Formats: sequence, C-alpha cells, structure tokens
Amino acid sequence: MPPIRTYHELTDADRSGLPEQIGAQRRRVAERLAAVGRVIAVMSGKGGVGKSYVTAHLARALARSQRAVGVLDADLNGPTIPRLLGVDHAPLPTSQSGIEPPAGLDGVRCISMAMLLEDGAPLAFKGPAAESFVWRGAMEAAALRELLGDVAWGALDTLLLDLPPGMQRYIELCDILGAPPAVLTVTIPTPESRDAVRRAMRAAVERGSQLLGIVENMTGQGFEGSAGDDLAKEFSVPVLARIPWHPTPDIWNALGARL
Amino acid sequence: MKFLCVDCDKQMAFEERQLPGDGTLAATFKCPKCGRVVAMLTNPMETQLVSSLGVEIGGRTVPAQPLETVRKMVSTGRDDAFDDGASGVGRGALWSPEATERLSRVPSFVRGMVKRIYADYAKEHGIVEITPAVMDTARAELGLEGM
Repeated sequence: MPPIRTYHELTDADRSGLPEQIGAQRRRVAERLAAVGRVIAVMSGKGGVGKSYVTAHLARALARSQRAVGVLDADLNGPTIPRLLGVDHAPLPTSQSGIEPPAGLDGVRCISMAMLLEDGAPLAFKGPAAESFVWRGAMEAAALRELLGDVAWGALDTLLLDLPPGMQRYIELCDILGAPPAVLTVTIPTPESRDAVRRAMRAAVERGSQLLGIVENMTGQGFEGSAGDDLAKEFSVPVLARIPWHPTPDIWNALGARL
Repeated sequence: MKFLCVDCDKQMAFEERQLPGDGTLAATFKCPKCGRVVAMLTNPMETQLVSSLGVEIGGRTVPAQPLETVRKMVSTGRDDAFDDGASGVGRGALWSPEATERLSRVPSFVRGMVKRIYADYAKEHGIVEITPAVMDTARAELGLEGM
C-alpha cells in the first residue's frame, strides 16, 4: 500500500466545516467582548477564600465610581453571584441577538448558571452516564463559551469573571478568549492558602496573564500568616487590599480605585 | 476528522447525517471519484463529545442560538429560565392547535429556542401556519433531530 496522505494534506472543502464552525464560535466571543474595556479573572488556587465575595463587592465599588461593570459567574457548579448581588430570579429576556443580563446591587449586571438551574439542583447534562468524565469537562467549557459569547452586555468598562477554585476554568478561559485575561488573585493569610495560590499564579504567568495584584481576604483575626506579602514579593505584584472580616464600603472603594 | 478513499486517493465528501435517537450518530461520506460510500458510526460518548463542541457534522443549518448548547444539553434547567417572548407565537406565522400542543411537549427550558427556529423557518418559506407537517418538514430539512 502506498503511503496514505495525512489529515493536513487533505484540503478539499468540507461541508461540515468544523474548523470554520469553531472559528465562528471564537469570533462570536470576540465580537461580544469587543465593547468590553477589560476582562479580569478573579481567581485563586484555593477554595473558600472568598473569591465570589470579593468579586461582587469589587464590582459594586467599580459601579459606584460610575463605571459600567458586569460579572460573569464562571463557577458553574457552585454559583453564588446572583445572591451576592441581590438579583432575584426572573426569566432572562432572550432573543436571537443574545441574553439580557439582569442588573443587581449598584447596577452591576451579571449572568450565572444559578439563573438557569432549578433551585437547589446540580448542573447536570443529558448524555451517557458511563464515563461521563470524558465529556463533562468539554460540556462545561462549552457552557462557559456560550456565557461569554451570548450575553448581551453592551458596553462595559470592566467584566469580572468569578472563577471556581483550581485552574481548569482559567485554562478553558484562556483557550476561549484566545488570549489570557488579566488576573486578580484572592488569598487568605494562611500558608496553606499561599501554597495553593502560588501554583495558580505560576500557571497564570506561564499562560501569559498580567497579574494585577493580590487581595488578602479575611485578615485581622482567626487566620495566621503572611500569604499576601509572601506572594506579592515572589511575583513582584502589589497587595491591592487587605479585607477584614467586616469590611466597610470604603475598603472596597479603595480596592476599586487601585484597579 | 476526514475520510480518504485509499483506492482513488480522494478525500471523501460528507453526504448525510442521521441521529437514530439512541445517542449514536451515523454520518455517511462518498468518494467523489468512484462513488464508494462509507458510514462513520459513533457511540453515545463520542456523539456527546461532538455535541459538547457545539458543532454540527454536515454543517450548520440554522444560525447559532444564544446558549444553544446549554439549552439543549442541561437536564436540570429551570422551566422559567428564559423569556423568549420577543420571538413568540405572536410573531410571523400562526401556530395550529396541533402544532402548539406538540410544541408544549418540548421541555420548557429549550422550548422558546425551538419555537424561534420553527418560526424563522416558516418566515423564510412564506408559510402562514405552522402545523405538525411543517414541523416535520423543517426538522428534516434543518436536521433538527430531537427537537
């Protein structure tokens, strides 16, 4: 048998046009975000450090300073942003041109899987149950892509993306956006948090993200350590805010002013 | 994924897609030189992987809908998640009682999107009333298996 031509050597037009379909998906996201001044991923390698809490209050502070702000809750399996932004459930106005995101406290617009799921229900997909781990991650990435590409934000100064713990969603985000987003990192003071967040920050650096700085949350009592300062020194970035257990609006306003 | 007719050294062309409803997929490809046809059969997991990419084998027949994959694939969606009123029954073609009843059996999470697709089809084809027969024709022409 003669050598068989390789995939890349077969260049006839294909009716399926799968690469073109993928390209169209990417263009849809790019076009949707073209009116967004900047996209900031709020992330941490550690769970329970208050990423969503920080995201919501930072968004409100930015909105109070007359900036148009949106929050995309990228924690598809544990979404909390609507509750933090005081958004009651109401059907999302939907047309061919996109989904209208509701506005919450201080006028912050947001979208979240919590708005789409039955109360208390987990995010579940139709499909074969056996070995669902093979396709579930791809399905969640598709959901993230659609939340990025199909929500009619309009013109925004800042879109904050509230990421779940770990790195998976961040990596998906980089692939979907085509360029790594700027990153705001949240940690608590403990060395355990520092070690986990360090891994996330390294991954972000390796992907090419701009590290905006660190927010050290839950400071002042209960947690011992210097994670914020340690990470700031290691990555040559500022500690943008230290958030006590009962922060006042001026603390959030100061954080917003530094971004 | 591409198919090559080894005898002819020709790239085979997509012919037809079928979704029999058991989670599997069949897609046929034909050699443009010798006419040989082969079928690619995927198991449910492989079919699911294709779905998760949000692409259509054989090409798109309708424009991408907002949150299309989410609406088609999430099984725990709330009934009143979306307000598709802007493209509802009142727009364009009328819906016969039988078609309305059939549409009501579509899960509400995805119903508005399905309604919009049928309404757009009717508008494009100058159809004044959507009936079950129109829905069948549209579904076949547009490849809307499962809608």
